Amino acid sequence: MSWLLLHLHTLRMSLARLAHQPFATSLNIIVIGIALSMPAGFYLGLNNLQTFSRQLSSDPQVSIFMSIDATAEEIRDVQQRLKSKSEIGRLEYISRDQALAKLKRGAGLADVIASLGKNPLPDAFVVTARGNDPQVLDRLHDEVRGWPKVDYVQLDAEWARKLDAALNVARVLVTLLTVLLAVALVAVTFNTIRLQILTRRDEIEVSKLIGATNAFIRRPFLYLGAVQGLAGGLAAWGIVAAAVLVLNIQLADLGGLYGTMVALDWPAAIEVVILLGFSAVLGWLGAWLSVSRHLWQIEPR
Amino acid sequence: MSAQVSRGPMIQVSHVAKRYAGGYEALRDVSFSVESGEMVFITGHSGAGKSTLLKLITAIERPTGGSVIINGQNVSSMKAGMIPFFRRNFGLIFQDHKLLFDRNVFENVALPLAITGFPRSEIAKRSRAALDKVGLLGREKAAPVTLSGGEQQRLCIARAIVNRPAILLADEPTGNLDAAYAEEIIGMFKSFNQVGVTVIIATHDEHMIERLGPRILHLDHGRVAA
Repeated sequence: MSWLLLHLHTLRMSLARLAHQPFATSLNIIVIGIALSMPAGFYLGLNNLQTFSRQLSSDPQVSIFMSIDATAEEIRDVQQRLKSKSEIGRLEYISRDQALAKLKRGAGLADVIASLGKNPLPDAFVVTARGNDPQVLDRLHDEVRGWPKVDYVQLDAEWARKLDAALNVARVLVTLLTVLLAVALVAVTFNTIRLQILTRRDEIEVSKLIGATNAFIRRPFLYLGAVQGLAGGLAAWGIVAAAVLVLNIQLADLGGLYGTMVALDWPAAIEVVILLGFSAVLGWLGAWLSVSRHLWQIEPR
Repeated sequence: MSAQVSRGPMIQVSHVAKRYAGGYEALRDVSFSVESGEMVFITGHSGAGKSTLLKLITAIERPTGGSVIINGQNVSSMKAGMIPFFRRNFGLIFQDHKLLFDRNVFENVALPLAITGFPRSEIAKRSRAALDKVGLLGREKAAPVTLSGGEQQRLCIARAIVNRPAILLADEPTGNLDAAYAEEIIGMFKSFNQVGVTVIIATHDEHMIERLGPRILHLDHGRVAA
C-alpha cells in the first residue's frame, strides 16, 4: 500500500514538473507526437487499402472464355468437365447473348454495339473456388487453358492480389519507419531527461548525501520519460484522428460523385492502446538510458 | 576470560591515509575513536584535512590506506549498493546548507523521510517535530530563499535530525553566522548530544570551543596533533 502511494506520489511530482515548464513540455510532446503520427498514419492508411484489396480479392474467380466458333456441343462438353471438378464451388455460364445484353444495359455503349452488326463476345464461364486456397484457382487456370476451344482463361483477382503483395512490401517499409522514429523518440527523451538531470543536480547530490538509493533517484526521471512518451502518443493519436476526419469529409464528397460510400476505417481500440503503450515504453526507455548514462556522474563531493 | 559483549566504539578510524590523484596527501596515518554519545570537535587550519575526514566517515570518499569503521561497519570495504543505507545513520549539516530552493521548508525537512520511505502521515508528524526543535514551526510553507542565514542553517539542522540519526556530523556549522546565531546553533548541538546523539563538529570557531570545552581532535597538515 505504501509502495503504491509512493509511486502515485512520484507520478504526481512528475506531472507537476512537466506542468511547471509548459512551453518546453508542449514542444517535446509535439515533436514526439509528429514523429509517432507518421508511422501510425501510414499504418492506418495501409490497413484501409489492404481491407479494400482483400474485399476485392476475397472472392477470387476464374473467367473462362470460349472461342467464338465453339459449337453448343463443345460448350456443353467444357461445362460437364468443369462440373465434375470437386474443388469448384460455383459455376456460372454466361452466354454471348447475355453478355451483350448486359453490356448494352451497362455502360452507355449501345450505339457502338449497334454499329458492330454482329455480336463480338464469346461464351464464358465464371468459376469460383470452394474454400479460400488461392492455389486451387491457379491450378485450374493452368489446366483449363489447355482444353479444346477454350480461348482465354483469366484470374480476375490477380491485380488485387498484386496490390495486396505490394501492400505487404509497404508494410515492411512502415515497420522500418516505425523503428527509425522510435529511435528518434528515445533520443528526444534521452535529451529531455539529460537536461532535467542537469537542472536538478543539487537535488540529486543532496539526496545521495542523505541516503537515497539509485532506484529512488532514478524513479521520478523514469516516470517523467514515460509520461512524456504517453503524452506524445496521445498527440500522435490526435493528429491521426484529425487527419482521418478531414480525409473522410473529402472522401464522402468523392464517393458522392461515384454514388458509393467511401470512408477510412478508424483504428481499433486495441491499436490505439498499443500506440499509447508503445510510446510510453519508449519514453521510459529513453529516460532509463539517460539516467543510467548521467546519474553516476553526479556524486557528492 | 569472559566474552566481551559490549559493542566497539561508534567511530573507529585506524591509520587512515588519503592521497588524491596528483599526489596531494590530505590525511596521513590518522587514528582515533569516538564512543557512542560523545561530542568531538575537529579543529585545524583550512586545508588541514577536516573536510576530508568527514567525507571518509560518510563514505563520500574512500581512504587510500587504513580503515574507517562506523558502528561496526567497515566503510573502506563497503559495497556501493550499501552506501545509501549506511548514510541514513548520519545527520549531515553543511556550511552552505545545501537546501533545495525549489521546495518549501516542510518539503526540505521531509526529504530524508521520503527517501527512507515513511508513510505520509508519519512524515508530516516527524517533520513538524524537527521544525519545532529548531524553532521553525509555522514557517513550513515558506521558501528557503526567504529565510535568513541563521534560519537556513536551522532548517539544515532540522533536516539532519528528522531521521533521528545516531551520529550528527557538522562541517563549519557556524561559519557564516554572527555570534548570536552561532550561540543558538551551539546550544542545539549540545541538547542533541544530551539525548545520546554522537556529535562531530568540524570548526575553527574558537568561541564555540571555549564555551563548550569539549574533546578536541586537532588536525595539522593531515596528521592528528597531540
